Amino acid sequence: MSERQIQLEVLRYNPETDSEPRLQTYSVPCLNEWVVLDALNYVKDNLDTTLSYRWSCHMAVCGSCGMMINGEPKLACKAFIREYADQIRVEPLANFPIERDLVTAVEDFIAKLASVKPYLIPKEDKPIEAGEFKQTPTELKKYKQYTLCINCMLCYAACPQYGLVPEFLGPAAIALAHRYNQDSRDGGRDQRQEVIASHEGVWECSFVGACSEVCPKHVDPAGALQQVKIASTIDWYKEHLMPWVKK
Amino acid sequence: MAKSNKPIVWGLFAAGGTITAFLLPVVVLLTLFAALGMTPDLFTYEYLHAFAANWLGKLVIFGVIFLSLWHAAHRLRITMHDFGLRQDLWIATTVYVLAALGTIMTFFYLLRI
Ligand code: SF4
Ligand code: FES
Repeated sequence: MSERQIQLEVLRYNPETDSEPRLQTYSVPCLNEWVVLDALNYVKDNLDTTLSYRWSCHMAVCGSCGMMINGEPKLACKAFIREYADQIRVEPLANFPIERDLVTAVEDFIAKLASVKPYLIPKEDKPIEAGEFKQTPTELKKYKQYTLCINCMLCYAACPQYGLVPEFLGPAAIALAHRYNQDSRDGGRDQRQEVIASHEGVWECSFVGACSEVCPKHVDPAGALQQVKIASTIDWYKEHLMPWVKK
Repeated sequence: MAKSNKPIVWGLFAAGGTITAFLLPVVVLLTLFAALGMTPDLFTYEYLHAFAANWLGKLVIFGVIFLSLWHAAHRLRITMHDFGLRQDLWIATTVYVLAALGTIMTFFYLLRI
């Protein structure tokens, strides 16, 4: 097992004592198979117990360790030290307010997720005795990819539009709405359209595509957004040019 | 939250994008052939004029130019935004007026053929 001395530059910010964020460098002996999260844990355990950051699963499923690594939004538990030079800079996710050190405020993101009604809204109420809602593998395939999102917010940190317009609903929330809209058991699309077809919804997107590039779970939110645009455009033409057509 | 009216321009943008993506390489190729002196008979002035004189031909030409113009206008609007120009209302009005002007001109020029 080879070991390498890494200079880990970490953004620090303590709202009680600091007027602005600063960088602090730690010299960390890293094993070759370590990820950046291991290096942070080493700092926390051996060098500086005051360092704050979020993590839980260490295997790219919980979505809590998102941060900027050398300026790119990454999961710290999926960013291998061996892919970086001897100096690595770690900062909190861009486009979000810093709460403390690498911890960002997530309230805005959570509120946006909730606003798209991310749950099944069945077409009609069915009594339990009537049995389950069945679905074929083909129907499942239509939306499965969009269920893989782990809410890591990397796509929001990568999105220049979200950086400019904080009201923008953003990639993950719209991809999540799309996930339910595409579900054969769901009938709630009209309700979600009110939110996602608004100006702050999908139309704030200018198809930069950075969200899909950084997404660690290959959700391809940019693809979902373009599909939502097409569907919303068809809706618009139907509503305005053919108001007699029932959706 | 009210639903946005952006689908009008986006619909034209998407349709125009699809058309230009298919036709632009053809135009580039044909220009290249013409530059090398290889113009197929089908592309002589008489043939093309006859094509543009036919109402179906007119319709095709109009569709291609109209959609490409609106595609370009919307693309420009977004590019301006990406470059940091944030007077969206002004930019949008300018590019769409230009596209509309081009559309009307295409219409009348085609009618005259
Ligand atoms: S879409 Fe991808 S990048 Fe965005 S929150 Fe979900 S998993 Fe993370
Ligand atoms: S620690 Fe769970 S995703 Fe990185």
